[in-house]
Amino acid sequence: MKTFIYTTPDGVAETYTDRKRTWWSLSVLWALYPLVGIGLHAWTGIEAMLLVPIFSSYVVAPVMDWLMGEDESNPPERIVRELEDDRYYRVLTYITVPMHFVSLIAAAWWAGTQDLSWWGYLVLAMTAGMASGLGINTGHELGHKKSKLERWLAKIVLAVPFYGHFWIEHNKGHHRDVATPEDPASARMGESIYKFALREIPGAMKRGWHEEKVRLERKGKSVWSLDNEILQSYLISIALQAGLIIAFGWIMIPFLAIHNVLAWWQLTSANYIEHYGLLREKQDNGRYERCQPHHSWNSNHVYSNLLLFHLERHSDHHAHPTRRYQSLRHFEDLPQLPNGYFGMYLIAYIPWLWYRVMDRRVLELPHIDGDLARVNIDPDRREEIHARYGRPAAEPAAA
Amino acid sequence: MTEAPGMARWECPDCGYVYDEAAGDDHEGYPPGMKFADLPGEFVCPDCAVRYKEDFVRIAD
Repeated sequence: MKTFIYTTPDGVAETYTDRKRTWWSLSVLWALYPLVGIGLHAWTGIEAMLLVPIFSSYVVAPVMDWLMGEDESNPPERIVRELEDDRYYRVLTYITVPMHFVSLIAAAWWAGTQDLSWWGYLVLAMTAGMASGLGINTGHELGHKKSKLERWLAKIVLAVPFYGHFWIEHNKGHHRDVATPEDPASARMGESIYKFALREIPGAMKRGWHEEKVRLERKGKSVWSLDNEILQSYLISIALQAGLIIAFGWIMIPFLAIHNVLAWWQLTSANYIEHYGLLREKQDNGRYERCQPHHSWNSNHVYSNLLLFHLERHSDHHAHPTRRYQSLRHFEDLPQLPNGYFGMYLIAYIPWLWYRVMDRRVLELPHIDGDLARVNIDPDRREEIHARYGRPAAEPAAA
Repeated sequence: MTEAPGMARWECPDCGYVYDEAAGDDHEGYPPGMKFADLPGEFVCPDCAVRYKEDFVRIAD
């Protein structure tokens, strides 16, 4: 276990040991979870074993988050530079990239070569899609970094779920527009996840392509040039998915369709819970205030953070997007989710339950303090929400 | 034109990205010699996107 030595402002020498250092390897292994279902099916002959990975995500992970609880500790600021320069952490993200290819290829092989029931096939396609949704998380961590290698690895891993536009739209669009009504990837109060998905999935694709087109136009190049970083990723996707169809036959077409949609749905689920109802204030100069930690929901739950390269420390991530996962911080008075992401996804899938759990939490945030003028609200439900929770302080009640 | 005096470097105060007027930014499509002032008004930091053009700090020579 590596120990960092640093000097406090008072001149005292202190040491810091990252207790999670070894445990971050769980994020690497978690990318392989479809193999657990396949392995257990092969070993026992019981097809229902294919359900084990879904059970691990949506039952085991929320329970583990509840049992293990939260960790609010931060690395001392003085060692952050050293912690970020420690290659171990970034190598873990690099080796996660091939894991996503292994998971998809293994699941496709099993679906294409075994005599599965219709539901076994469906479960396997969904599991592969969920694992490739994790690939978007891997691509997210890599795509925020400045090195060419990491940016290329992001494009490569995003090819697995056929979502190469993600890192362009996320870095240049979502981070710029987050927690504003203009952002298709920030959920509004009163907006169900199903309505959000229909705004987020096409909206993000459109914004990603627009950003890349504008960049290429500045360089005097066509959007169809091979310099288009979205196309580069899509070409890898085509090679991979066409290869699977050639290898295992037409049965791969519905399998890959289900896989892709499920992977995108994982991202939609994360986006939905990460900024629900939060709103940056518009300033007199027409700009939105700079993104603060309280413009994202945070979760300090230990177990699911270890599976997701600290994605749930989302408040610090949005305030400082190039910070590496191992040094993301907790802050006081943040919007805090009551469970980790997997538990929160389940709640989000039941809209009335989600509103019940989350709407009060939005209104009770210190910077909102019950004022609906400071909440990002679904315009279609504005009247209904005002009637339920009271009119904004800035807006007089209708005569 | 590119030899004009006063080619400056501008830094993002959040992530440390540097826009060097002499070099431009090839990836983003800003040619060498392009002044920071001539970048589009909607310019945000190409690396972190959370700082606006007016947030950038000129680096002392």
